[in-house]
Amino acid sequence: MPHSSDDDLVARLQAGDQSAYAQLVEENAGKIYRLALRMMGNETDAEDVLQETFLSAFRSIDRFEARSSLSTWLYRIASNAALMRLRRKEPEQVSVDEPLERDDGEMIPRQFFDFCCLPEDDLLREEARAEMMHAVEELPATLRSVFVLRDIEGLSTEETAEALDLSISAVKSRLMRARLRLREQLSAYFSHGPLISEAG
Amino acid sequence: MSASDQPHEHNQDSCRRYLSSLSEYADGTLSAELCEELEAHMAICENCRIVVNTLTRTVSLYRQIPAPKMPSAVKERLYKVLHLEAYIPPGPDAPDQPGQ
Repeated sequence: MPHSSDDDLVARLQAGDQSAYAQLVEENAGKIYRLALRMMGNETDAEDVLQETFLSAFRSIDRFEARSSLSTWLYRIASNAALMRLRRKEPEQVSVDEPLERDDGEMIPRQFFDFCCLPEDDLLREEARAEMMHAVEELPATLRSVFVLRDIEGLSTEETAEALDLSISAVKSRLMRARLRLREQLSAYFSHGPLISEAG
Repeated sequence: MSASDQPHEHNQDSCRRYLSSLSEYADGTLSAELCEELEAHMAICENCRIVVNTLTRTVSLYRQIPAPKMPSAVKERLYKVLHLEAYIPPGPDAPDQPGQ
């Protein structure tokens, strides 16, 4: 799908206009850094992924064909860079051939503590937020990338599929598995965590 | 006895068959027919109701976490690596918002 809002910028980028390169960085570096940080779990690796993403984008801008937006294209480069790094670090955790569908035994809910009624201030206090982000870091990378783009960065299912080169059904399946895993983790945390002991 | 005290394996067909629909239900993108079926099931299954509510809450909590800001030193190094030093914006960075 052509993205006409990017047309002018793409033309300037492909003409080698330095101010266009700076504009691309200024408009996108923040979100690419956030994705990299969520994927890698530390600032050093996130910065490496950030730099690698823009270096790679600059090298290949001549081949950009506007089948997606520039933003989605950058997310795609960054996701690939992050997944490649994670595969090098933890090859057993990031399988290229992971099946799209698994036995849903892994998804069967086991935690039934209803934390919805807890005060919002408690649910979002610093310690709880740290636990939430730790839970994201514990997701397998293939689920984490979908969850971060779709639920944290707010991309649509279609944009997430484009960014990760996945089918729509694969995005939905991985998002569901990620959400169910996180729900389990948060339910366990809120049912046994310090909120309860403090309240009791 | 609260729902959390009750043994509920969620391996009964009536519960398992809805598992793959929960995420789309939380997004409001599940078909009307399946929505109706799931809601009828939730009316008689407290654990499934809790799973749906906490799944929806989980997603909304993550969407409320403030986005981490890129440190200005990281931004400066990026511009330098890309040979764009002349374009480094002055002053502190504006906070980034998810989805922008």
